[in-house]
Amino acid sequence: MSEITNFKLCDLVDKVKKKELSSKEITEAFINRSKKSTKLNSYISDNFDDAINRAKEFDSKPNLNKKIPGIPMAVKDLFCTKNLRTTAGSKILENFIPTYESTVTQNILEHGGIIIGKLNCDEFAMGSSNETSYYGNVQNPISENLVPGGSSGGSSSALAAKLTPATIGTDTGGSIRQPASFTGTVGLKPTYGSCSRYGIVAFASSLDQAGPMTHDVKDCALLLEVMSSYDVKDSTSVDFVRGNYLNDLSDNIKGKKIGIPKEYRVDGMPKEIEKLWENGIKIIKDNGGDVIDISLPNTNYALPAYYIVAPAEASSNLARYDGVKYGFRSKGENLIDMYEKTRSEGFGDEVKRRIMIGTYVLSSGYYDAYYLKAQKVRRLIKNDFDEAYKKVDAILTPSTPSSAFKIGEKLNDPVSMYLNDIFTVPINLAGLPAISLPAGHDKNGFPLGLQVIGKAFDEQTILNIAYSIEKNIGYKNNINDWWIK
Amino acid sequence: MTIDLKTVKHISKLSRISIEEEKAKKLSDDLNSIFEFIEKLNELDTNKTEPLTSIAETTLKLRKDKIESKNIREDILKNSPDKNKDFFVVPKVVE
Amino acid sequence: MSKNNKEYLIKRDNNEYEVVIGLEVHAQVLSESKLFSASPTKFGSEPNTQVSLVDAAFPGMLPVINEFCIKQAIKTGIGLNARINNRSIFDRKNYFYADLPQGYQISQYKNPIVGEGSITLDMPEGEKKIGIERLHLEQDAGKSIHDIDPKNTLVDLNRSGVALMEIVSKPDLRSLDEVNAFIKKLRSIMRYLGTCDGNMQEGSLRADVNVSVRKKGVLELGTRCEIKNVNSIKFMQMAIDYEANRQVDVLEEGGTVDQETRLFDTKKNETRSMRTKEDAHDYRYFPDPDLLPLELNDEFIEDIKKDIPELPDEKKKRFIEKFKLSPYEANILVSDIETSKYFEDVSIKSDIKLATNWITGELFALLNDKSIEITECPISSENLAKLINLIKDGTISGKIAKNVFEIMADGNKDPEKIVEEKGLKQQSDPKELEKIIDKVVLDNPKNVGAYKSGKDKLFGFFVGQVMKQSNGKANPQLVNEILKKKLS
Repeated sequence: MSEITNFKLCDLVDKVKKKELSSKEITEAFINRSKKSTKLNSYISDNFDDAINRAKEFDSKPNLNKKIPGIPMAVKDLFCTKNLRTTAGSKILENFIPTYESTVTQNILEHGGIIIGKLNCDEFAMGSSNETSYYGNVQNPISENLVPGGSSGGSSSALAAKLTPATIGTDTGGSIRQPASFTGTVGLKPTYGSCSRYGIVAFASSLDQAGPMTHDVKDCALLLEVMSSYDVKDSTSVDFVRGNYLNDLSDNIKGKKIGIPKEYRVDGMPKEIEKLWENGIKIIKDNGGDVIDISLPNTNYALPAYYIVAPAEASSNLARYDGVKYGFRSKGENLIDMYEKTRSEGFGDEVKRRIMIGTYVLSSGYYDAYYLKAQKVRRLIKNDFDEAYKKVDAILTPSTPSSAFKIGEKLNDPVSMYLNDIFTVPINLAGLPAISLPAGHDKNGFPLGLQVIGKAFDEQTILNIAYSIEKNIGYKNNINDWWIK
Repeated sequence: MTIDLKTVKHISKLSRISIEEEKAKKLSDDLNSIFEFIEKLNELDTNKTEPLTSIAETTLKLRKDKIESKNIREDILKNSPDKNKDFFVVPKVVE
Repeated sequence: MSKNNKEYLIKRDNNEYEVVIGLEVHAQVLSESKLFSASPTKFGSEPNTQVSLVDAAFPGMLPVINEFCIKQAIKTGIGLNARINNRSIFDRKNYFYADLPQGYQISQYKNPIVGEGSITLDMPEGEKKIGIERLHLEQDAGKSIHDIDPKNTLVDLNRSGVALMEIVSKPDLRSLDEVNAFIKKLRSIMRYLGTCDGNMQEGSLRADVNVSVRKKGVLELGTRCEIKNVNSIKFMQMAIDYEANRQVDVLEEGGTVDQETRLFDTKKNETRSMRTKEDAHDYRYFPDPDLLPLELNDEFIEDIKKDIPELPDEKKKRFIEKFKLSPYEANILVSDIETSKYFEDVSIKSDIKLATNWITGELFALLNDKSIEITECPISSENLAKLINLIKDGTISGKIAKNVFEIMADGNKDPEKIVEEKGLKQQSDPKELEKIIDKVVLDNPKNVGAYKSGKDKLFGFFVGQVMKQSNGKANPQLVNEILKKKLS
């Protein structure tokens, strides 16, 4: 009998619907594997006992019309989950148990999903390697002591290691796509406004989007359908007709115009990535797509603009963690002393660094030079894409400028860490959808990803293009379960 | 543009995060290298560019004036660090 | 410009200083639910019982704006003759405080919903126009309670997130009387519009006061100080007077006034600096990324305009032109919406002139006596109209009416019934009156003689006697006529 945990999301849904597998069997299989995989440190909190009860409950009166009937799933610990500890990877929320459910996890529950645990992530999603988590580093199942990417590092690790059949992450500057790329999995950041931000611990409100992380494009389409919904509780949620992404998934990309931005050919980009990109271009051409050279002239300014906008919003979003209402509190002689100690002890170095950057760029006398400037640059970047989309339907780029690196390697050099997001950040600034799919390996055998960027609300096109590439590329993860003795 | 120790201390005050003396120097160095990178934006002339205030392609939705929440005091106070059944409790405020 | 004797000047030796005042009024929007959450706004509830997850700033909670509060702000803007902005932006004002759960207040900074407007004050020396700089919407904070627990501060978030309108005047006010008139007029306009109840005791109306002084005749404004959160007109006046004198003293001693925020200590009757050792406030305003710019089309604004009721200035004009009231009478009758409603109710059913006199006379005295509002008045407008009609048709005299009014004040009794039960109907039957008069003439031969020999003043004596005999019910006009005949 083949291992239940080897099945992908759509396969499992199929097997439940055909009554070949029960929710309990599946849930237990993933829980057991999770229990054997503590070395990866993918989880911050588990919900195993409750999940098995829920699986049994599902099996007692299974509703097979659901999109993910009785399917277990671990989720990034940035989503607030009712009665289940939610930490955002921070000490400051160490003991925080929400009394409410985020809209996205609520959608998962309503479509039949069962939450088996909360996955590790960079503290408040600030990081590209999962090394800023208060709950420790996460191992990339690809190879020992390799980072799983970040900030959704626990999610990418747990998915690649098959501790969960699919998962969800959040992406502010690449936090879904970069870890997906580092672990040989698929990750999609939807158009800003597709998935509700209600109940997601906020990092940078104008950039944050939740999205699916899966083994393949088909699973990704299904999970996006589950997650995406219009929500009156989020003023930035957009009321548009959401597609039947799975049903409409097609590898036919004949006549689709795909842009190749020259600015993404950065100096010092590894040969393998160059090759990977060429290979992607070739596949598109072979499949009847039209490849067009385009220019996104302000690409180089995206990252500096991002490092103004995101910290500025974060400095304000994280002001609520003050030791008054919930979470960690340090003893203080008076209110101000309590604030300063609580926030100094409760936040890690990277979070503090970003709060400081954000506070500085918003402070009196600097607003125009930094924040306003960044917002103007953001307009230029969006204009670049608007201009490009007059000519093309989608854009193909590498997901990251390098493959996964060793734990600790970039920890002391924040700027080099930030450069990881150089290909993903412009998309968040412009609010567009983008998918990363595994497309090859580097010389060490570490996964590399390609990114397909779409027009706003046109997730279907990028799913289809990714699907078409995926079918032809024949990527496979080589994972030997090294962490399981 | 340099962010000196005095500036670091000022921002740490504004953001209500106390910074130990030893760490302030390292932080100042880190911030300087980040700002050096950010200064790249100065290459761009944005005099005629309108700032982008919101990326969401929608208009602000308006809610009807209706009470939809119940008294959830217990839930609200449940996670508070200094337990009290009626209030949030904080160390004395000194004006 | 005001006349010299009305000017508010601070004198020192050879110098005279003019006081320049601007107000930032915080008016609580009348709405069921809060500005960005669906929890109730009721005053005086148990602590923390009107708090939603959004109000307490739980992780992942997001603001969703209340349409009605926007309409209320626009209505108020229209009432202030102000420009309504089609596009406005909500910003975050960042600072830490125990009763500010988000660590920022959502407010409007550079792009408020309402722009420049004005308020006309009716001062004894004439009308004076005070400029309005802007009106914007913002969230209220919670309440820190320092006096229950000796060691700790307790926080109640019931008020957290309640919608406020901040209305900023231009520095056009020059005296304590003008401050008083401004607050009253603003409150009156908002009460007419139903956008704010103006209740200062409950904190629905509070103000920050900006005060500066300059030597008389100097055009340039002096450095101003802001006095925070003063919650009654009396305290505002006391604070301004103290602060203006303090500033003059500083200048007279050759010093300079520092621009700063000060607090008014109501117990010591003085203002003191709020500047602590902490760094100066730096609110780091930026557009709230959880909200989009508020875009309003002209139709939305026009629809609101259609709902604007007659406001005090128009009403006053109508009362003067149509009802022929004096400006003074019109002013006091329109100053409060409830009074104006009462007046219109009474006058429509009775008589304008009599209604004016009775309301500004007896009724106001009664309210004053009992220290109650007109809404709590024991005499309904309907009954007062009946009373006036009884006078008008001669059923009772004005004098009897006053007695009836007193009885009515004890429990809103129908005046017709009172007159009936107590037999107070005026005697207008000439034959009956003649009988009484004949008796009075007969009983007072000496006085009759005196009167006839030229002592005209005695006529009053005869009238008095007749009234006494008739228990005050005799129709005074008829008594006069008949008496004159009988005594001639």
